[in-house]
Amino acid sequence: MPRVNEQGRFLRRRAAGLASEIIAALLAALSVAVLFLIVGHIIVNGLGSLNADFFTKIPKPYGESGGGIAQAIMGTVIMLIVAAAIAIPFGVGTAIYIVEFGRGRFADTVRFAVELLAELPSIVVGVFVWALVVRNLTGYSGIAGSLALAVIMIPIIARSVEEILRLVPDSLREGALALGSPKWKVVIFVVIPTVLPGILTGIMLALARAAGETAPLLLTALGNSFFNYDLRKPMAAMPLQIYTYAVSPYDDWHNKAWASTLVLIAIVGILSGAVKFATRRWKHESH
Amino acid sequence: MSRIIMLRQGATKAADPSDRRFAAFVATMSAVVILLVVGFIILLAVDSWPSIRKFGGHFLTGSVWNPVETEVNKVNFGALPFIYGTIVTSIVALILATPLALGSAIFVSEYAPSWLGRPVAFIIELLVAIPSVAYGIWGLFVLVPFMRGTIEPFLQNVLGHIPVLSALVAGPPFGQDLLTGGVVLAIMILPTILSLSREIIAQVPRLQKEGMLALGATKWEVLSQAVLPYAKGGIIGAAMLGLARAIGETMAVTMVIGNSSQKITGSLFTPGYTIASAIANQFTEADTQMYFSAIVELGLVLLLVASVFNVTSRLLVSRIMARKEGANA
Repeated sequence: MPRVNEQGRFLRRRAAGLASEIIAALLAALSVAVLFLIVGHIIVNGLGSLNADFFTKIPKPYGESGGGIAQAIMGTVIMLIVAAAIAIPFGVGTAIYIVEFGRGRFADTVRFAVELLAELPSIVVGVFVWALVVRNLTGYSGIAGSLALAVIMIPIIARSVEEILRLVPDSLREGALALGSPKWKVVIFVVIPTVLPGILTGIMLALARAAGETAPLLLTALGNSFFNYDLRKPMAAMPLQIYTYAVSPYDDWHNKAWASTLVLIAIVGILSGAVKFATRRWKHESH
Repeated sequence: MSRIIMLRQGATKAADPSDRRFAAFVATMSAVVILLVVGFIILLAVDSWPSIRKFGGHFLTGSVWNPVETEVNKVNFGALPFIYGTIVTSIVALILATPLALGSAIFVSEYAPSWLGRPVAFIIELLVAIPSVAYGIWGLFVLVPFMRGTIEPFLQNVLGHIPVLSALVAGPPFGQDLLTGGVVLAIMILPTILSLSREIIAQVPRLQKEGMLALGATKWEVLSQAVLPYAKGGIIGAAMLGLARAIGETMAVTMVIGNSSQKITGSLFTPGYTIASAIANQFTEADTQMYFSAIVELGLVLLLVASVFNVTSRLLVSRIMARKEGANA
């Protein structure tokens, strides 16, 4: 009965197709569920401990409840600003070199170095700055933390700015060159202004990433329970505070760790969400 | 493209000295990036030299990590338990994350309509933005109790009677152990493997897919006979990048892995260390020159291993991308 056989095979093929679709959909649903689960837990556990003191006071000593993590928020902001001040010129400069001038073996090496640096485990960055700066020069300090964050930010900025610069149509460059302006003027007054929003989003992306980095700060900035504006001394940071509180034995500190995590992912989420949205729109417009 | 490059070269060479100065300036900026990479390797190698010279290969194969000299025990740095922890957690992570990421990638790029696929991919890729320490606190307070109370007893019931596999689940379920470390890592590398797999699946020439569909193949047949064979190398590359990230991941693992250098038992329910978590836990204690040197050597090992996987991954992925460009020409 060949006819029945054929129909059976057809059904089997359809069934296999359907099964594969269901499995793939389930796996995707599971992946999405994981994100909602984690973010949900952080929101539910974090909301309870958020109050004005949390943002304005420094931690209370062991056993006393209350207080906040103002010094950690301050430390994160200070170190991010210093790190950005170091990383932006090198990141943007590298991207300009790669896109506008780069050719030959040296440019390939630069590109390769950026890739290697971008994928370096962040704790290795911590070990590097620890061995170089902390042990020899400054001890645990805000400046060492800023340097570690800067090393993490440079390749991120370089990569995203490179991508953005490549979106600038060459006709724009050629037009400006044809008017007799030197190359550097073309880059600074034509190319960069055209993509300035894109460059800023690249910088924000790097900031978002650096804001959440813990391991490199652990080995460099170390953390601090008090306000400290001196870059030569140990400095607090939000991720460090979360880690210290989470692994402590006190319930009050656990709650504060959840609340700090909520604030941290809110900051990171706003920064990187804005970036994704902005770059997508921007890319659409330029095409 | 080549015409444009020639134009650029022409512009650089012909123009006035200010152009040369500007080019030199940005070239210097980018030279700093190269210097950084070279500096990393040299500094870590120099600082770990005392440890390398004293312990040599024993550093990688010895299983006694004893930083404090006593009358009975001599100072000894054998990092095998850390290396073992890194390997086990990374393998667990890879086994869990690859099917999840690949299935999700297939769903969003081949099966789902784009109004559904795009947001799903966007949401899963948001996982990459969550800081490591946030995974850590979630792992410590949510995942660890769940593993200890539910998953690990369940695994013991199911696998405990099977000859070889029972060794994997031997001992009391701690919750803070290698298995939980691997699960957290799996979640963290999921978005990495997913987004790269999506990119690679998108490279499969449309003609091949449409050709099969026109012959009456089902979507699954197109996928299994045209898409996946084409994308295989790239997907392996994607998994390898995930592996590279798992190897270097520190905080989340440190918070759930238990941090105790017990003997290597073969059970996934043993608390342990990874190389990265050993560094994070012990750097403050490095009071002697040799201890310092041994910790830096751990960093060096991490740097080299992660970089090798990263570069291999990129080679695999770029081969797929290059093939696409060739096919379109």
